[in-house]
Amino acid sequence: MKSALRLVAIGVLGLICAGGDRNAVPLAAQARTTAPAKAQPAKAPAKAPSAKEPARFGIGRPATPAEITAWDIDVGPDGVGLPPGRGTPADGAPIYASRCAGCHGKTGKEGPNDVLAGRLPGDAFPFARDPRAPKTIGSYWPYATTAFDYIRRAMPPDAPGSLKDNEVYGLVAYLLFLNELIPADASIDATSLPKVKMPAHDRFVPDTRGAPKPAPGAKSR
Amino acid sequence: MKVSRRALLAGAAGVVALGKTAAMQASQAPSDPSKVRGKPSRALGQRAPFEKPQRQPRGVASSGTPHQDLYGTITPADLHFERHHGGVPEIDPKTYSLLIHGMVERPMVFTLADLKRFPSVSRVHFLECSGNFGGRGTATELTPQQLAGLTSTSEWTGVALATLFREVGASPKATWFLAEGQDAAVLTRSIPVSKAHDDALIAYGQNGEAIRPEQGYPARLLLPGWEGNSNVKWLRRIELSDRPFMTREETSKYTEPMADGTARIFSFLMDARSLITYPAYPVTLSRGWVEINGIAWTGSGKIRRVDVSTDGGATWTPARLQEPVLSKAHTRFRHLWNWTGGEAVIMSRAVDETGYVQPTRDVLIAARGVSSVGYHVNPITGWLIRPDGTVVYRAEPW
Ligand code: HEC
Repeated sequence: MKSALRLVAIGVLGLICAGGDRNAVPLAAQARTTAPAKAQPAKAPAKAPSAKEPARFGIGRPATPAEITAWDIDVGPDGVGLPPGRGTPADGAPIYASRCAGCHGKTGKEGPNDVLAGRLPGDAFPFARDPRAPKTIGSYWPYATTAFDYIRRAMPPDAPGSLKDNEVYGLVAYLLFLNELIPADASIDATSLPKVKMPAHDRFVPDTRGAPKPAPGAKSR
Repeated sequence: MKVSRRALLAGAAGVVALGKTAAMQASQAPSDPSKVRGKPSRALGQRAPFEKPQRQPRGVASSGTPHQDLYGTITPADLHFERHHGGVPEIDPKTYSLLIHGMVERPMVFTLADLKRFPSVSRVHFLECSGNFGGRGTATELTPQQLAGLTSTSEWTGVALATLFREVGASPKATWFLAEGQDAAVLTRSIPVSKAHDDALIAYGQNGEAIRPEQGYPARLLLPGWEGNSNVKWLRRIELSDRPFMTREETSKYTEPMADGTARIFSFLMDARSLITYPAYPVTLSRGWVEINGIAWTGSGKIRRVDVSTDGGATWTPARLQEPVLSKAHTRFRHLWNWTGGEAVIMSRAVDETGYVQPTRDVLIAARGVSSVGYHVNPITGWLIRPDGTVVYRAEPW
């Protein structure tokens, strides 16, 4: 009796205080929410949402060519997306020394951050069994185009996106040279970069876990 | 204006004193709270001052969820793990936009408000960084957070990516799309278009509120069950194509060298895993009944079973699973155990609805070698209970 009275009192207080007491809300809120919830199924059929969805909602606006150009900076393994321009190892060396060497080492091997240069004897691929084998552009990367794409978008971390296309070409050329993938006098541009032969290119295989369904109890994947 | 050194010092002392009082208030509850009027209402709730769960930053680019402090399956948003490659960007929701172009009939731009106008869906899913294994060394003083803190579960709300692909008229010939973030790494991943038709979302909601900055505010890609890195945050651009883009994050990184001299690429699926979160380091157990409990998850769908061993893997008993078991979400398991003293190793092993069984360390090494890479490492792990009740990680150095 006493507690029932208290509940009512809180309920009234709750209304006055506009939800000031969490306990008071459910009484009023339940009445509000249960009725529409029961009427819901017609509005939101669980099984076939597409049946009532239009092909298009007409939301959003067309992108302008300028907007697309401004953001479309990716470079594909086939070289699609590479900009005009060119660079040689000699062009890249001074830029590397001033803007990259502090984090990646004088010759790309010394760190402290990711080791960028170095090949393994016979272009071996011992990475599963030897945790110390350095994964570099020359020893591990399957595509040279990735270096242009990544350096242009993300490096150096203190000023990402600040390098000009010719500077990126020069840096890529210098890194490929440090990895003994191109000669010192090579010129790297949109045509030559996708053609650089990468030692690890054929090492990469698609992931087959999950499909087809593993046999029950299969566990070595 | 001149401020005397004395006034400054006094001011500083005042701040210190205030800080002290606040700290004292925080830690000193009245002995009988029913005799003291409580605090007034406030605009933003806070944790009880006695509860101090913390993410644990590892360097500047990641921090893990404190699994040992949590119950149930939903991770509080401020404790959701984070991992980023260019820091957490600050993005104004008013100027945010998502560009979808490439092999589409109509390249389009969607504002955040646009995204929210589309039919929405809410789903509970885990996220896990594929580098989520901290247990390969000799350290035994490891918490569940240090061992596997880079996984969390949230209720995500957003628009189905398939809906947006219909809106732009995605070409049936498009088989891959590039997802690109607006962070300083402008992080990119190539994703099969089939995932969009399966269950991919563009999410803007997390546990009922706007996504946290660390999780991709104001909008991110969510690929349920797939490795964290591919769930591109701060999403600004999607480009449809008929081939993958071979970005740095899917070639140099996030690929797994295999024992046979190959490397696995586009290894999106997060395989089944389980983790006992109690008892675990640094708990000290007392003899008697213990509810061993933890979380299990799989990118392949639902957890079917979690087995628990209290004798170092000699015998296994199915644990109780908390219902409802949701697809691609953390599932809480519990197992009652009467610890009568003496040394014991407790372990858990997840089995998912495809029949996949969480592997042992030895099985993983046989397939993958001891690679330094450490992606997709999901072995059965154990906690050693010592006779004095202290609990440590049972290290199995790789
Ligand atoms: C402030 C330190 C710093 C500077 C300066 C810097 N980098 Fe980096 N670089 C890093 C870090 C850290 C990473 C790893 C980032 C990550 O994993 O998210 C990295 C990654 C890279 C990678 C990818 C390595 C891999 O194996 O995946 C390349 C290539 C690279 N940097 C090139 C450059 C170039 C070229 C420059 C100069 C224009 C440069 N970096 C300047 C710190 C730096």
